Amino acid sequence: MTVLLYLVPIALGLGLLGLAAFLWSLRSGQYEDLDGAAVRILDDSDVEPHDPAPRA
Amino acid sequence: MSPAIDLSAFVETAPSGEHRLDLAVEGITCAACIGDIERGLAPLPGLASARVNYTHHRLTLIWGEDGFDPSAAVARLARLGYKAHPFRPSRQEEIEAAESRDLLRRLAVAGFAAMNIMLLSVSVWSGNVTDIGDETRDLFHWLSALIALPSAAYAGRPFFANALRALRNRSMTMDVPISLGVTLALGLSLYETIHSAHHAYFDSAVMLLFFLLLGRVLDQSMRRRTRAVADNLMAMRGETAVLLGPEGAREVPVRAVRPGDDVLVRPGDRVAVDGVVIEGTSEIDASLVTGETAREPVRAGAQVYAGTLNVSGALTVRATAPADSSLIAEVNRLVADAAEARSRYLRLADRAARIYSPVVHVTALLTCIGWLVAGATLHDALVIAIAVLIITCPCALALAVPATQVVAAGSLFKAGVLLQSPEAVERIAACDMVVFDKTGTLTLPEPRIADRERHDPELLGVAARLALSSRHPLAVALAAEARGAVPYAGVEERAGEGVVATIDGVEARLGSPVFCSLEDEAAEILAADPEATAIAFRMGDRGEVFALRQALRPDAREVVETLRKAGFRMMILSGDREGPVAAAAAASGIAEWRARCKPADKIAVLEALKAEGRKVLMAGDGLNDAPALAAAWASISPVTAAHVAQASADALFMGERLAPVAAAASIARRALSIMRQNLGIAVVYNMIAVPLAMAGHVTPLIAAAAMSGSSVIVTLNALRARPDRSASPARSTAETARASAPAVQARLGA
Repeated sequence: MTVLLYLVPIALGLGLLGLAAFLWSLRSGQYEDLDGAAVRILDDSDVEPHDPAPRA
Repeated sequence: MSPAIDLSAFVETAPSGEHRLDLAVEGITCAACIGDIERGLAPLPGLASARVNYTHHRLTLIWGEDGFDPSAAVARLARLGYKAHPFRPSRQEEIEAAESRDLLRRLAVAGFAAMNIMLLSVSVWSGNVTDIGDETRDLFHWLSALIALPSAAYAGRPFFANALRALRNRSMTMDVPISLGVTLALGLSLYETIHSAHHAYFDSAVMLLFFLLLGRVLDQSMRRRTRAVADNLMAMRGETAVLLGPEGAREVPVRAVRPGDDVLVRPGDRVAVDGVVIEGTSEIDASLVTGETAREPVRAGAQVYAGTLNVSGALTVRATAPADSSLIAEVNRLVADAAEARSRYLRLADRAARIYSPVVHVTALLTCIGWLVAGATLHDALVIAIAVLIITCPCALALAVPATQVVAAGSLFKAGVLLQSPEAVERIAACDMVVFDKTGTLTLPEPRIADRERHDPELLGVAARLALSSRHPLAVALAAEARGAVPYAGVEERAGEGVVATIDGVEARLGSPVFCSLEDEAAEILAADPEATAIAFRMGDRGEVFALRQALRPDAREVVETLRKAGFRMMILSGDREGPVAAAAAASGIAEWRARCKPADKIAVLEALKAEGRKVLMAGDGLNDAPALAAAWASISPVTAAHVAQASADALFMGERLAPVAAAASIARRALSIMRQNLGIAVVYNMIAVPLAMAGHVTPLIAAAAMSGSSVIVTLNALRARPDRSASPARSTAETARASAPAVQARLGA
């Protein structure tokens, strides 16, 4: 059962890491505009087109 | 040309010298608008950042100390096709934003704790039936305690604080049994852990907090969304005033006007502040304030009220202190009286808590005594009694009402109804009668052209397009027929007469019948329809007189019919004269009506109905309706309503249709019946669980399974508060999508 001595801290550490990540994302305002975040990722106008053909 | 709007009152300056301005943006309809706006504003010199919030249809501009004129950004947005309205997030909205972040943090902590403790608990449960060693179990229990105690102390604070407050006020809310259950579960578990016992309830306590916080977070986010829409609509009403200062006229937000300031009210403007006319003569349309549609002439020395419409001439008004009039003072007094009577309403959940808590606590006590009498040790008897309290800890009961409330608020939002008070659903559901105000509620707030079919469509089109160039209220009403046309170039406005332009080489005039030499035609039309007002149009040798009048909301008759079928009695209470009220009653199909009602008369009628045992849903918009809205069992206002009326209403409805009123009634009734069902489910759960607990058979595994099971069932049942698919939701959404605030509505239609 000595395996518990490092498995339990690892499990808790991972959980705490997740919690910390969530608190960071909350603090940096990522939950202020949920709908916007969902559509912003589809906006590719900031990418330079590689294809020189004219775009519609 | 109107003076440029002065935005300085809306700009916030951080100590670092960073300036920030929030704008509510009209016209954001799709995701591409985000890029349009942000890229469109990026080249403006001095602007540090422009960020669109797509959820709330807002834009935040940030710039540094070096000067940047935000009105340049507003002008640029106008060229891009978006109307931006400056606003400051209301205090309420800021508080709610902070609260929701706080709740999310607590939810995250509870979630973390629940997951990790469950990991340990499942090991203990499976170990208990196989071969877990005592040391390992103790280690796992101590680890659980280490996680549970601090997390519960942090995550449970909202419940503990509310429970303490309730106890101090000697009242009872659901938070009291919740707090008691959680505290006892943790205390008992800690005691058992210290004594190396087999069972601990850390997982139940923390999971309970997680579920309850989840319910609160959802409730909060629904309310925030509603509040944001309401605040945007308020900003879009663009409440500004033209202040006449030593440095000339400038447009400022209404809040910046102080008593004693002189304000210019142009024809077609709403009077922004209460005050006294010091210069100019005009006619005032006070329908939003008193419900009276006939106009009242004013000259220097006359008192004018905020919210009334200046019809014909420019006025200079000296602002007086608000509420400095007998009408407004009376309205405020009546509203205060009514609101006090109303605050005694006890919500369904609190009523349930009042019955529930004593029953549960007495049961636990009896269990303890029973086991002692039966010869158990004090320790065993106490453990079983506390198990009763843990298993009855009202997880399902506490979720029963809020979960339904969240789903119902979401459906109402889709139907175009914004809830303003937390108990609005319960109140509206209880109503069996609807009382309508006429002006602005049953009818549209602005006049519309009467018998459109009678006019030549081509001529009407030209007249409407010409009307776009005038601010006169009649012209504005006619301009609604222009359907997206652009104004003619070179239009000249003649004060008190009308507008003139040359179209295809022919002179065209729009204005008073005299201005267009069509007095006889106008007199004929007015004789036929005394409620109407005439506006004349002449182009070359062709002349036309258009009659404009208050029009019923387009679906008023259908909505009245729907409500009647649903068993509602209906009545009109109006401040207007008998003629127009009788006409509106006949047109909408409402048999009972009263005219010439003062605010106190409306309350008297409502009191009489209450004495008959009726619960009234009051729909009204005017300042004169505010006391009635506050006094009625439940109330709903259109978003175009006067401020005081809006503040007194339980709910607001958007758009130019009346359908949301019927939707509110049916969704609320359905939601209430589901709330009752959910309470029933919670009772059934307790009837099964409590005997088990009293018999001493509840292990932590059973407690965890029963509590999460009942919560899930109640939540799933709450989802049924969404309206039936068969009840043509597609149609109602499409209808709201066409309504007055396109930005907001497009979101709803999506």
